[in-house]
Amino acid sequence: MDNSDRIEKKILLRAPRSRVWRALTNAEEFGTWFRVKLEGKFTAGERIRGRITHPGYEHVTMEVTVERMDDEKLFSFRWHPYAIDPKIDYSTEPTTLVEFRLQEVAEGTMLTVVESGFDQIPSERRAEAFRMNSQGWAAQMENIRRHVTR
Amino acid sequence: MSPAKAIASTQVRDAAPLFAALGDETRLRLITRLSSGGPGSIARLSRKSRVSRQAITKHLEVLSAAGLVRSSRRGRERIWQLDPKRLTDAHEYLDRISRQWDNALERLKSFVER
Repeated sequence: MDNSDRIEKKILLRAPRSRVWRALTNAEEFGTWFRVKLEGKFTAGERIRGRITHPGYEHVTMEVTVERMDDEKLFSFRWHPYAIDPKIDYSTEPTTLVEFRLQEVAEGTMLTVVESGFDQIPSERRAEAFRMNSQGWAAQMENIRRHVTR
Repeated sequence: MSPAKAIASTQVRDAAPLFAALGDETRLRLITRLSSGGPGSIARLSRKSRVSRQAITKHLEVLSAAGLVRSSRRGRERIWQLDPKRLTDAHEYLDRISRQWDNALERLKSFVER
């Protein structure tokens, strides 16, 4: 993976395209598998937010701005990736674009997810994500820091 | 080599100079200051410190050699900051987010296929 700007995923879902579309664009259904309790509906051009329900991340509020909802083909939104520190105001920072593309295939639906724009994300934010890794040096250093400053 | 082994071996190789640089009270305090207060000049970093500015500069040079901090010029001042490159890696960050997508899409799969 030499492209540092984007992540791309492809998954075959054995379900009709309309079913997948609903699971993506109905905020309540989206929340079921994504693990977030969204308040309101996905509407193109509008912001929606909600609490993450993923164990260990319940303190995190997720916020996305929907870009496109095109006819069971493309659903896209912008958000702040890995914005998990409630003490940080991420709102002035660059966002990444998440695109879900649906394609009908014989076995069901081919879903492609692309998240792009990571090159614009400040390196401090990348470092923070790394710090969450208990194996990372940042975590080790944080332990040392706590140890010496208490 | 497996990714886990590659990481382990890199960590071991990088560990010695890193901990040598950190194995000093003044330098650890400098790291702490830079991490909580953000980038700073020698003047700010040596404030309330019993150590002289010259000594602080030397300690910063050691941290810089270990890749933990870097400096830039702002007018006549030198501004020091933590160097996140040593502490992070774009791939590690993307891998993390990538794994989150894998997990989320697996849950989506079982959700729509049931």
